[in-house]
Amino acid sequence: MRRYILLSVAAVLALLVLAACATPTPQVIRETVVVTKEVEKVVTKEVEKVVKETVVVTKEVEKVVEKVVTPTPVDYGKVLILSTQAKPVEEAEKMRGIVLRDFPGQAEFIPEDEGVLIDRVLAEKQAGKGSVDVLIALHGTYPVLLKEDALSDVSALMERLSDRGIPEAFVELGKLGTDTQYYIPVMQATYIFAANKQALEYLPEGADINALTWDELLQWAKNIYEATGQRKLGFPAGEKGLMHRFLEGYIYPSFTGGMVTNFRSDDAVAMWEFFQELWQYVNPQSVTYEFMQEPLLAEEVWVAFDHTARLINAFKERPDDFVAFPAPAGPKGRGFMPVIVGAAIPTTAPNRAGAEALIEYLTAPETQIAILREIGFFPVTNVDFPGYVSVGIRLEGEAVTKQAAAPDALPALLPVGLGARGGEFNKIYRDTFTRIVLNGEDIRTVLDEEAALLQEILDDTGAPCWPPDPPSDGPCQVK
Amino acid sequence: MRRRFQWEPYILLLPSTVYLMLFFAWPMLQAFELAFRDENGVWTLEFIQRMVNDVNFWKAVRTTFILIVTIIPLQFLLALAMALLVNAKLRGSDLFVYIYALPLAISDLAAGIIWFAIFTERGYLNTVLYSLGILDQPYIFLNYQTAWPVVAVVLAEVWRATSIVMVVLVAGLQAIPREYDEAAQVFGAGWFTRLWRVTLPLLRPSIQVALILRTILAFQVFAVVLAVAGQALTVLAAEAYRWYGSWRNPHVAAAYAALILVLSLGTTVFYLRTLQVSEEVRV
Repeated sequence: MRRYILLSVAAVLALLVLAACATPTPQVIRETVVVTKEVEKVVTKEVEKVVKETVVVTKEVEKVVEKVVTPTPVDYGKVLILSTQAKPVEEAEKMRGIVLRDFPGQAEFIPEDEGVLIDRVLAEKQAGKGSVDVLIALHGTYPVLLKEDALSDVSALMERLSDRGIPEAFVELGKLGTDTQYYIPVMQATYIFAANKQALEYLPEGADINALTWDELLQWAKNIYEATGQRKLGFPAGEKGLMHRFLEGYIYPSFTGGMVTNFRSDDAVAMWEFFQELWQYVNPQSVTYEFMQEPLLAEEVWVAFDHTARLINAFKERPDDFVAFPAPAGPKGRGFMPVIVGAAIPTTAPNRAGAEALIEYLTAPETQIAILREIGFFPVTNVDFPGYVSVGIRLEGEAVTKQAAAPDALPALLPVGLGARGGEFNKIYRDTFTRIVLNGEDIRTVLDEEAALLQEILDDTGAPCWPPDPPSDGPCQVK
Repeated sequence: MRRRFQWEPYILLLPSTVYLMLFFAWPMLQAFELAFRDENGVWTLEFIQRMVNDVNFWKAVRTTFILIVTIIPLQFLLALAMALLVNAKLRGSDLFVYIYALPLAISDLAAGIIWFAIFTERGYLNTVLYSLGILDQPYIFLNYQTAWPVVAVVLAEVWRATSIVMVVLVAGLQAIPREYDEAAQVFGAGWFTRLWRVTLPLLRPSIQVALILRTILAFQVFAVVLAVAGQALTVLAAEAYRWYGSWRNPHVAAAYAALILVLSLGTTVFYLRTLQVSEEVRV
């Protein structure tokens, strides 16, 4: 029996070598190495443990044969991807090693800051010769590039992908207000809340965790503080934390119904007063937090707000200890910020066919699931979560859906049309927060001063209002 | 007879001069231009005004100076003690050099992360204090409302960069001929008198170099502050970084960079003047 197995394994090995020699595409060679290793592993195991696992081995071998004998027919060559997403080293590695692994071609994934990406694409456009094939960026990055005519029409590709089930609203966003498709939505994310299950017993009476109000959140944090003596609410207000998104997309819309127009309204004053009160129960070390999964896992905080991708490790490592839930609602609704990531092709892309194939590959159900598992961005297409998608991710996914589908949901888009000034826009929200909440400055004064700076940016860029603020002719105006 | 003009030294100097011009002087001028000139090529003070009127500007200036006046004296005392210990040629003093120099091999960001791991709420310090029974629940050191973030940054910087000062001082100490010390000893001077009257004056050139190096580095301190204190503290270099990387306004970032350069130059001139080294002291 044992000899029979060894023989068959040897035969497979020989077959592999032959197959590899016959079609020397890089893809197949890589596959072969992996497969050989797998077979080697099996062999050693067999020699050690003998007989019992025969069935397993045969199965393994069968799979192996199947994989190798059908090599990928096309090679799309080198496709250079410039991305503002999956930027942390770990995530970038996962993109390269796992998500893009099965693409029939050499997908080269380069993460870059938004500013650098814009500069590079525009420089290539100016030079008339490009190296970048695919862009992966947030919705807000594209209007700048379109203004310089650096994006190519992908309507035909969108047509081909129409059966993927990308929501119509997202497809529409990809047209950037024109009739032409400029980017294909490939993934989405948002910001939600996560809580340690130990915190649940302190939930205020009658509160539904999936439909909280801000007042209930305050009461909750207060209950925890009174019971444990610790400030257990956490926000990512550190250097690379996404605190500004919380202010722009969550608390501002919830209290004022807008992000920009009501920046200095009476509603906004009430909101900041509320936030000052809430902050008494927020861990003061929040000013060092960047990814809330870490203080959650360390139990420095019990309840935290952050981007889904920055909470995912908590759910992955200890799915039984944490719950995910939608952001609370305020007087004007449940403000939340959906983040839509699109893939586009610059006009100067040297490998157009490869670029289109890559975008098609990104929207395939398996890739969508791989993206979800590896970097925590949620699918934009209709996919059923297969059984192997971990509980943690499903928890997040449910919260994301509940948040978006809530009857009082008030989606707030990332700033559009600010171009390079987007950074300064964020700074205004963070400075306002620092001055009012951390330094305790007078709310009215701070709001008036910062509103002037905000208006200056809007006037300079001429950016019209974006949702949730009502559309404007000309630059958006702070009331 | 007139001596023939010697070309060789100039030819030998040429590569480094070109290098300095290309990679230091030129970018420096460009940074100044960026700070004083907008996209349309108009000379303006707008960016300097924005820098000075920014809510974080005076906070950054204050913290930078607080760090300089606490870190540098501390480091000098420590470094001098370490250097004297090394120079005493005790048995195993080589080992001290290695131990002292160890933090030099660690990048400032990594050093910052190490100290963050010590001071964070569930960090080493709290763990130790808790297990000793001193605390019954973790104390939040890195609280922006307390002075602890400054203390943590000072400790991290002292730990990380004292050895640079020490290395300079050891080199200086070794260049002082033994005879001076022995002569003083013959006249019955005690250890402290010899240190104060003989060693330190002779060490002045090294102290000058070390001070200049340290102060310039202190103006640039940045990664440690970011890693340890996050948004709880801000310094000039961190603001420059934020304006460039996060808020994406290279003009204001360049204004900060120019300010740091002017301050560094100013202190260098100040040290060169006040610690003037007379000819006979130059060993």
